[in-house]
Amino acid sequence: MAPTTAPDLVGRAWSPQPDRPMVTVHGLHKRFGPLHVLKDVDLTVAAGEVVVVVGPSGSGKSTLCRCLNRLEVASAGRIEIDGEPLPAEGRQLARLRADVGMVFQSFNLFGHRTILDNITLGPVKVRRIGRAEARKQAMALLDRVGIADKADRYPAQLSGGQQQRAAIARALAMRPKVLLFDEPTSALDPEMVNEVLDVMVSLAAEGMTMIVVTHEMGFARRAADRVVFMDDGRIVETAPPDEFFAAPRTERARDFLSKILQH
Amino acid sequence: MDALTAHLSVLGHGLVTTVQLTVVTTIGAMLLGIVVATLRISPVPLLRTIGTLYVEVLQNLPLLALLVLFVFALPQIGIQFPLFTSAAIVIAAYQGAYLAEAIRAGINTVGKGQAEAARAIGLTFSQSLRYVILPQGLRAVIQPIGNICIALLMNTSLAAAVGVVELTQAANNVNLVEAQPILIFTGAGLAYMLLALIIGQFTGLLERRLAIVR
Ligand SMILES: Nc1ncnc2c1ncn2[C@@H]1O[C@H](COP(=O)(O)OP(=O)(O)OP(=O)(O)O)[C@@H](O)[C@H]1O
Ligand SMILES: [Mg+2]
Repeated sequence: MAPTTAPDLVGRAWSPQPDRPMVTVHGLHKRFGPLHVLKDVDLTVAAGEVVVVVGPSGSGKSTLCRCLNRLEVASAGRIEIDGEPLPAEGRQLARLRADVGMVFQSFNLFGHRTILDNITLGPVKVRRIGRAEARKQAMALLDRVGIADKADRYPAQLSGGQQQRAAIARALAMRPKVLLFDEPTSALDPEMVNEVLDVMVSLAAEGMTMIVVTHEMGFARRAADRVVFMDDGRIVETAPPDEFFAAPRTERARDFLSKILQH
Repeated sequence: MDALTAHLSVLGHGLVTTVQLTVVTTIGAMLLGIVVATLRISPVPLLRTIGTLYVEVLQNLPLLALLVLFVFALPQIGIQFPLFTSAAIVIAAYQGAYLAEAIRAGINTVGKGQAEAARAIGLTFSQSLRYVILPQGLRAVIQPIGNICIALLMNTSLAAAVGVVELTQAANNVNLVEAQPILIFTGAGLAYMLLALIIGQFTGLLERRLAIVR
């Protein structure tokens, strides 16, 4: 997708500053009872950077994502979004969450609302944008992800790929500073994977800061600035995608890659 | 038949009172039910405990005992309401506990992902409930809610015990004059049945109208 011709999907008011940290994670630990799921995770993601997170099942990728917008509460450590520490509960947290978009594996569109109403809910209720303006922006986003004709449908009437594109539009409607993707294509039939990945690639090209948990190597190669490999709750290796896939430094990453590349 | 037609105004008055009591109480019980169900799923432990206590206490006492207690005991400590108001408060409080449980069951049918997606776009807890969780949860339990409303209608007859002249009490009064219990109470019974049918039809209509596209 050609980023030069693309309208500004990201809709951010500032220009990209590659060195400014957008997400800072320092010494993050997460325990579920006796289970120690994240162990001293450090991660800095610059504004406009795209980081792909890979790793075996149970290594803590989803938990890391969910800690970043406090769907899970960290047991220890510091998380900052655009220089602001994550607030505890309450309104401030809600406000910060509005700046951190999340796209789920299972889409999680609101089943009782049309696609358009799914997308305008946040802008109207959280950002306090007028309804007409919110609809206009939502239509532009739907057009951009290629499902403008589905605006008045209900989620169950859309294919998986269309639902996930609607979910991306819903996240974008909040004009987030960061977008988190937790295996956005894992629940999709193979023929629908690319329509979602294409949208994500164009977002990346436009300078959206993204943290993407995915095993889609093609996406990582096309769009990622860095690949982060997690194993057993730790970040074991960080490298540019070409380097990581061609010559992983750690034994565990080699082992993991050999397993996922076999099929 | 004369026994009924001769007292149409008394019986009609009773019927109107029953309908009024049912409508007012249903609205009150619904609001209370939503509040208590919300308490029971709140992230704050104290609020959850209050919600649970409420449901446990009210579901485990007979409605008649509650009515009598409210109407005869409260004036002892200087609190007194008109009889109709007292009956409405007590029945709403009682049925509210049942509605709360039905509503909570509805909320539990809404997937966890819905609440997470709502929080992820920055909705607060109460906004998530209002715009995402309750609209879906309530739709799932329209039928049981309708059944509770029918039970509520029947329970309004207990208001007779504390002196509200609703349909059952009106029938009773007419019977004291006419001494034709079978006729009079069959007539009253048919009126209750008709009202219950109307509630049932309305419930069915709501359910069809509000069905979530799957
Ligand atoms: N709510 C929870 N309660 C208890 N344990 C949990 C919870 N969520 C996750 N876990 C555990 O934490 C560990 C990491 O889970 P997580 O979902 O982050 O892994 P993942 O890397 O995303 O795996 P996958 O590739 O299968 O999605 C797993 O052992 C999982 O069982
Ligand atoms: Mg996961």
